[in-house]
Amino acid sequence: MFEIATFAVLAALALAVYRALSGPTVFDRVLAANFIGTGAILLLALVGFITGRPEFLDIGILYALLNIIGTLAVLKFWRYGDLSHSGEEEG
Amino acid sequence: MVLLTLMAIITIGIVRLRNLFAVVILGGIYSFLMASVMIVLDAVDVAMTEASVGAGISTVLMLGTLYLTKTEESDPGHSPLLPLFVAVVMAGVLVYATIDLPPFGLADNPVHVHVAPRYLDYSIEETNVPNVVTSVLASYRGYDTLGETAVIFTAGIAVLLLLKGRRKLKPGPKRKRIKR
Repeated sequence: MFEIATFAVLAALALAVYRALSGPTVFDRVLAANFIGTGAILLLALVGFITGRPEFLDIGILYALLNIIGTLAVLKFWRYGDLSHSGEEEG
Repeated sequence: MVLLTLMAIITIGIVRLRNLFAVVILGGIYSFLMASVMIVLDAVDVAMTEASVGAGISTVLMLGTLYLTKTEESDPGHSPLLPLFVAVVMAGVLVYATIDLPPFGLADNPVHVHVAPRYLDYSIEETNVPNVVTSVLASYRGYDTLGETAVIFTAGIAVLLLLKGRRKLKPGPKRKRIKR
């Protein structure tokens, strides 16, 4: 059961990598990167259950935090061209 | 295996692409795939470092650097033959060096018979840390870890100072002027 899910997640990761490489716009790539982070979390959880160590879920939470920080940084850079921008004003 | 193939594809993509912004994003993807490989290899602590440093911090730092430079890679002035030659020779030397190594995972390899049994036997009674890796890093090699932390801290401060100083001197071309 977990093995089938792992293969499904790997296939989804392959599709996301294809999108990241061929994505015509930057936003396709950002979305693909975000999804690959999510896929890595899913893979982490699945491998944790396959090897009988569900504590991997805690590390998955940490990955989720890193993933959203990275995506937000990329999008903020794209919007303002600067990471130290306060982001409050509508330019 | 699938993950390694995906990583190879990503690497080729990084080499081929000229848009540095996309290359930064692909670097983050590469780090997440690398972290997944580490997890599959049962090295969770290394995977956590890879995800936080590779995907988190270095993506942000690369974006900060991108703010100071152009977002398109300039064309290299020379032919790619010399770098290719150097890379192939280097890879050949490394592969040649692996021939001398003992087989991977053998129980009586030198790495398993020298200090590892001592750590495994005495770490509980000497340090009272249940995880042997933690006891080696934080107790047996405590000064080493302290030095590493100092080096990383210094490097982080230097990078922060560099990025901050440049930003005050030169307002970037992309920054929009705010109307009052």
